Amino acid sequence: MNRDVLVIGGGIAGMQASLDLAEMGFTVHLVERLPTIGGKMAQLDKTFPTNDCAL
Amino acid sequence: MEQKPRSEKQAKGSEELKAGSEKQEAGNELSSCSPPPGKARTGVFVCHCGSNIAGLLDCEALAEYAAALPNVVYAKDNLYTCSASGIAQIQAAIREHGLTRVVVASCSPRTHMPLFKSACAEAGLNQYLFEMANIRDQCSWVHVQERDAARQKAMDLIRMAVAKAALLEPLEDIESSLVRKAMVLGAGVAGLSAASALADMGVEVLLVERETELGGLVRRLNRIGPSNEPAAEVLAMLLREVESASHVRLFPGTDLVGVSGVVGNYEISLKSKGGEETEETVGAIIVATGAVPFIPEGLFGFDGRKVITQIDLEERLRNGSPLEVKNIVMIQCVGARGPGRSYCSRICCLTAVKNALLIKSRDPNARVHILYRDIQMYGAENEKLLRDSRGAGVKFDIFDPAFPPVVKEGSVEFYQPLTGMTIETECDLAVLSTPLVAPEGSAATANLMRLPVDGNNFFMEAHAKLRPLDFATDGIFLAGTARFPATVREAVAQGLGAASRANTMLSKDRLVFSALVSYVTDRCDGCGLCLDVCPYHAITMEEFERDGRVFKKVRTDPILCKGCGVCEATCPKRGVLVHGFTPSQIRAQVDALLEALP
Repeated sequence: MNRDVLVIGGGIAGMQASLDLAEMGFTVHLVERLPTIGGKMAQLDKTFPTNDCAL
Repeated sequence: MEQKPRSEKQAKGSEELKAGSEKQEAGNELSSCSPPPGKARTGVFVCHCGSNIAGLLDCEALAEYAAALPNVVYAKDNLYTCSASGIAQIQAAIREHGLTRVVVASCSPRTHMPLFKSACAEAGLNQYLFEMANIRDQCSWVHVQERDAARQKAMDLIRMAVAKAALLEPLEDIESSLVRKAMVLGAGVAGLSAASALADMGVEVLLVERETELGGLVRRLNRIGPSNEPAAEVLAMLLREVESASHVRLFPGTDLVGVSGVVGNYEISLKSKGGEETEETVGAIIVATGAVPFIPEGLFGFDGRKVITQIDLEERLRNGSPLEVKNIVMIQCVGARGPGRSYCSRICCLTAVKNALLIKSRDPNARVHILYRDIQMYGAENEKLLRDSRGAGVKFDIFDPAFPPVVKEGSVEFYQPLTGMTIETECDLAVLSTPLVAPEGSAATANLMRLPVDGNNFFMEAHAKLRPLDFATDGIFLAGTARFPATVREAVAQGLGAASRANTMLSKDRLVFSALVSYVTDRCDGCGLCLDVCPYHAITMEEFERDGRVFKKVRTDPILCKGCGVCEATCPKRGVLVHGFTPSQIRAQVDALLEALP
């Protein structure tokens, strides 16, 4: 069995999944359609309810 | 938590830290990085970061400037220092120019320091002899309109980093062993899911449940929305998984009575109702202690017979016997969203609509009337339930909390704000929708593990967005309604997520921690000022005897310590310092900054 993992989509869900898998020792291939990762989150300013800066 | 060292490694770690830099000679192999003899030989790399930095600052000129700074023997600018070629250049310069310090002037240490540090280590330079100047986030990005001042500031930042770098000491990461076991506290759906997922990942699990029967709140539910699966079936499935897993040890009817130690080696004490005691060491803990429905004593004539709660209704529906009532009135937000308990429990609207539909499907002639303040039906499936319920003839009326409904014998009277009329509707059974609240004893449980709870005794995660299933304390995770009211689906998802988070650390052979943590110097006289300010409870007081007299001194735990530096800032006598942020290092930076002033 090949132990590598493919994550499709580099928004916050895809990034967090990739990070946790990498932390567990798996090689992760994170594929994103757009030129940059970050997804919708990268376009937001403040996020509710704590008003953290999304970036 | 008591803070005695939990493993030999760890004990050694703290001894080494206590000894400060002397440990380096005495300690184990300092890999390939001999501490620099005499003067530092510093290499500076100024990153263009594409146009992020070079768009505003002349990086070539900054490199030239750096080359003339004290101790700098090599300086270069590159397009992307973090690229493969940038890293190769750092490593080549370490070898060719005999660099004993590396400074990169680029972006945020948060994102790129680990990469540069490991590049140094690969090239044989101790990774703690690396320093960073953030001339992007803290300069080129924020001073776009002030090119000259930005250039000056970039020079300041580089000069400060170079000055500090000269005083850096080689350090070794702190390593600790870990036990590949986890304790899951609470065997509701969140805890059961977490336990079964951990077992699947090969982790030995101790599943501890206070009650004698596993299953938590879901044991009392009838059907689970929005799909309306029987709760008993969902629970049976989870229980089968957990009971058939060879790695899961069940502790029903058992309380957690003690926790000590640190991540990787938590020592837990359990005590069963029968008085049987168990001591175990686990690497991680998942808190899934759940929540309970609020019992509305004294509200709306609650009597448990004709005025009941949604959970009582679930139990009646679950039994399958006819309700034998024709007119049912449900009142929402009972004991919630008001003084004393201000939060919305999120799931009571779903529950009310689900149960209204179930009643209607059993007996289309039954009349169900829901009195609400606002309807909380997030998600497409749940919104559909709301529409379906209206279609099925469930009546909805809004009420004003200033004029709450009044439950009478055989009827409920309520004020309709839209018409300004007071309406009396027939009622054989009033059902109060009450919020989920933290169970009794949750504050005590939190206290045992020194975990934070909010004003309602719900456990608080490390970060509302980025770490929703972690606690700030390493190795302890959170799932289900212990955190906040959640649907079964959400609780299961959180259970699986927490298991996955726990496995990110449990899957390792050993735990590695940064050496940039606090250490105690000979100047400590045990005044104890640092004890109270330490947010990680990493400092304890120790007494020792010398010449027949008792002295006090603090001791820091290098694994609990996160290197925040509050102790160093509090200590009036330099008795406790943080590696990488010692007074001499900070002073060198400040002096370097002040040099530029006229």
